[in-house]
Amino acid sequence: MPADAPLFPRAANGRLELVPYLMAGYPDRHRSIENGRRMAGAGVAALEIGIPFSDPLADGPVIQKAGQAALEGGLTVGGAIEIAAAISGRAALVFMSYINPILAYGPDRFAADASSAGVAALIVPDLPVEEAEALKPVFRQAGLDTVFLVAPTSTDERIQRICAASTGFVYCVTLTGITGVRADLPAGLDALLGRVRARTELPVAAGFGISRPEHIAALKGHADAAVVGSALVAADDPLPLVEELLAACG
Amino acid sequence: MPLRYGVYGGRYVPETLVSPLEELEAAWRSARADPAFQAELELQRRDFVGRPTPLYFAERLSAHFGQARVHLKREDLCHTGAHKLNNALGQALLARRMGKQRIIAETGAGQHGVATATVGARFGFECTVYMGTEDMRRQAVNVERMRMLGAEVREVTAGTRTLKDATSEAIRDWVTNVRMTHYIIGSAVGPHPYPEMVRDLQRVIGDEARAQYLEAEGRLPEVVVACVGGGSNAIGIFTAFLDDENVRLLGVEAGGAGLDGGRHAASLVAGRPGVLHGSLSYLLQDADGQVLPTHSISAGLDYPGVGPEHSLLRDLERAEYLAVTDREALEAFQLCTRLEGILPALEPAHALAAAARLEGRVLLCLSGRGDKDLATVLAG
Repeated sequence: MPADAPLFPRAANGRLELVPYLMAGYPDRHRSIENGRRMAGAGVAALEIGIPFSDPLADGPVIQKAGQAALEGGLTVGGAIEIAAAISGRAALVFMSYINPILAYGPDRFAADASSAGVAALIVPDLPVEEAEALKPVFRQAGLDTVFLVAPTSTDERIQRICAASTGFVYCVTLTGITGVRADLPAGLDALLGRVRARTELPVAAGFGISRPEHIAALKGHADAAVVGSALVAADDPLPLVEELLAACG
Repeated sequence: MPLRYGVYGGRYVPETLVSPLEELEAAWRSARADPAFQAELELQRRDFVGRPTPLYFAERLSAHFGQARVHLKREDLCHTGAHKLNNALGQALLARRMGKQRIIAETGAGQHGVATATVGARFGFECTVYMGTEDMRRQAVNVERMRMLGAEVREVTAGTRTLKDATSEAIRDWVTNVRMTHYIIGSAVGPHPYPEMVRDLQRVIGDEARAQYLEAEGRLPEVVVACVGGGSNAIGIFTAFLDDENVRLLGVEAGGAGLDGGRHAASLVAGRPGVLHGSLSYLLQDADGQVLPTHSISAGLDYPGVGPEHSLLRDLERAEYLAVTDREALEAFQLCTRLEGILPALEPAHALAAAARLEGRVLLCLSGRGDKDLATVLAG
């Protein structure tokens, strides 16, 4: 069972933690392991590993296309678990998967295999807290933290429920929309992060639309970590951007 | 808890949509119970849609089939040529009541897109319709109709470039613009409350048809037949007969090139439960939970999922589902055209093909007209 311990420390002394995203199997199996190892070893708080799905409703074109390419390259759920195992030991690993591949693999088996591979937490973007009631104990039993998402449209009452259901950290979706690079952080984000902060002792990670050092600077004091996805997936080599963002974090 | 049909349905959506779906559910319950809303819906159904649609005895088709006495519920005579307007009209009235300024929709055959563009024009909404590249090619005339009605048609190039991908893209638009936008989903699919709301708006088909059939024949039909893609016309006609235990309910899915080769869209016949577009239902998917490409000559049936209530009716064996191939549907299209002077859409042509094998008193939902399919039929 996971302790109630957070997956990474809360921000202190004006720092922010970085959580980069990797699409398993993209651009191919070998390079996703290499990129994952390098990013995980660069001093990040955690590495989020996406399991591709044919119909990713919460994702913008960059992650959609990467997922499609990974699937065309033959990546399976089992293959994504193997990739996680090959990366593990360098940073906390978090799986991001839509619910259907998990249901098809079998939730019990998925939780056990992910945990054995060294994965510490799970994010399921199309599984809101209500739908997760039956599955949450399955994941927690296997030692996986369950991270739920808060959105700008969430009511205070829902934020309360989401924070109560989450372990490891709470994921705050910064904008009303899908994943992808934006020029600016949305107005009102500080207030949203404040509403989440007031309801949990867990670290709060902000994600969606974050890609630049300026974004990192703007999040300091409001969030504990920043999740960066599309900008890294789109880069031929994600490491330089990870290092640039880490420099802004410190 | 979200309303479910047995284990099916639910609300498997990004958190961003949960509160809007709760608001939509509350708005729909309030509208449904409001006599003023119902009166407006009734009036617009009569004067704008052209309801009630006739029940028609297909005398020559019945004689040709031999064993079946077939009545057609003429949804093809609805304004815009299909049952889709029943749903689009009701949801547009709801969107207006909720103060939304923009409506969006996905479309496969183009009929739901045309219906949505039509209510967009009628009620003054900004309107965007998502359509796969492949369907825009197959249904070019409907694309022009939508544009003429003032809608923006956005091409979807992702995935299989058909209805599934157009639906995903419409949901992504809704996630992004949810505060000002109402998503008029076109079938009895999607997260709760959509399957229930679409059924409520389509059950007028069965309510009318049951009364008309009793009036015409003095008894109930033995079998009610409808085609099933997402399943809105089928659930619309089935609902009125659910309590009539002796009435068989038969849903006809797209068998495409045949079930063996995998080139079909028969979710209930050949799929297994999974989550797509916000609900748990029968789904065509591979062993790893990836949604499979589908094939049907009919763009409106070319969808890997199905409404969750059909999944429950299947498991309960209250309704039966079978698949009809492209070839059989094309033959039925020709027969109905030649013998009755009615061009059916390729979607209900699947139901007609199934009716050819039935015996006894058959009520069939002729869900739309076939003018949009002429190019496909001529090429087939």
